Amino acid sequence: MKATVHVMLKTGVLDPQGEAVRHALGALGFDGVQGVRQGKVIELDLADGTSEADVTAMCEKLLANTVIESYRVDMT
Amino acid sequence: MKAAVVVFPGSNCDRDLAVAFRAAGADVEMVWHKDTDLPSGVDIIGVPGGFSFGDYLRCGAIAANSPICRTVKAHADRGGYVLGICNGFQVLTETGMLPGALLRNADLKYICKTIGLKVETSQSIYTEGYNAGDVVDIPIAHHDGNYFADDATIERLKGEDRIAFTYTNNPNGSLGDIAGILSDNRRVLGMMPHPERAADSGHGGTDGQALFRAVASQLTTA
Repeated sequence: MKATVHVMLKTGVLDPQGEAVRHALGALGFDGVQGVRQGKVIELDLADGTSEADVTAMCEKLLANTVIESYRVDMT
Repeated sequence: MKAAVVVFPGSNCDRDLAVAFRAAGADVEMVWHKDTDLPSGVDIIGVPGGFSFGDYLRCGAIAANSPICRTVKAHADRGGYVLGICNGFQVLTETGMLPGALLRNADLKYICKTIGLKVETSQSIYTEGYNAGDVVDIPIAHHDGNYFADDATIERLKGEDRIAFTYTNNPNGSLGDIAGILSDNRRVLGMMPHPERAADSGHGGTDGQALFRAVASQLTTA
């Protein structure tokens, strides 16, 4: 089984990389882009029986820094 | 006085930090990230700059979960002293020993230069060799030094006189120009600038010496 963890900077935390991407898209002529937020996707290969609660614990302990980041877990 | 300096894979200021402690009169022992015990009689632990574990995942995140960091945290919980510089500051925020986090510099650039640093408080063993309001020249060298914390945390740091240093000309977007902060018991200091790179006349500046001399003086007489 697999889990996919999406980690994003929280709303209100400045994302300078996202801003740089937005500027670059504008420079390419994509005028309609009003905002870009850049995060990361972490794919986990898990032993059967690993629970979503286990993955949430992994996020809290290591995968995300909840001072600045939020996360979402998708179990598949 | 005895100092221990932590070495992670990717640390690159560990020996500089040891030299600065020794020049101030300290005995120094290096401790490896897999170690779980400190040498006996350690007064202060230095968590050095560098790129521990290649800055993978987030700066300091993997180092913060290494065996030695549990020991560092236990030392601090017992009232021990801890000095984290640059990547060491990032590690201390990742462990939760200091509040907030260090984000990517606002202009996305790695910045390596000497900057003006204002001493905000002399009320700590680290800063008592300076006067509050002094401006000293100390190098910075980082890509992720943009200090962030929620508004309540920033206000608490200000209200409790726990902001040790601010930038005179904010290079990285840090909230409140914050360059270094103290723990609530004032015994843990995290700072992005490198005082150990301004601790010898050969460095081109010696404004960092006062920090190490004050620490050595306080912990030797204690």
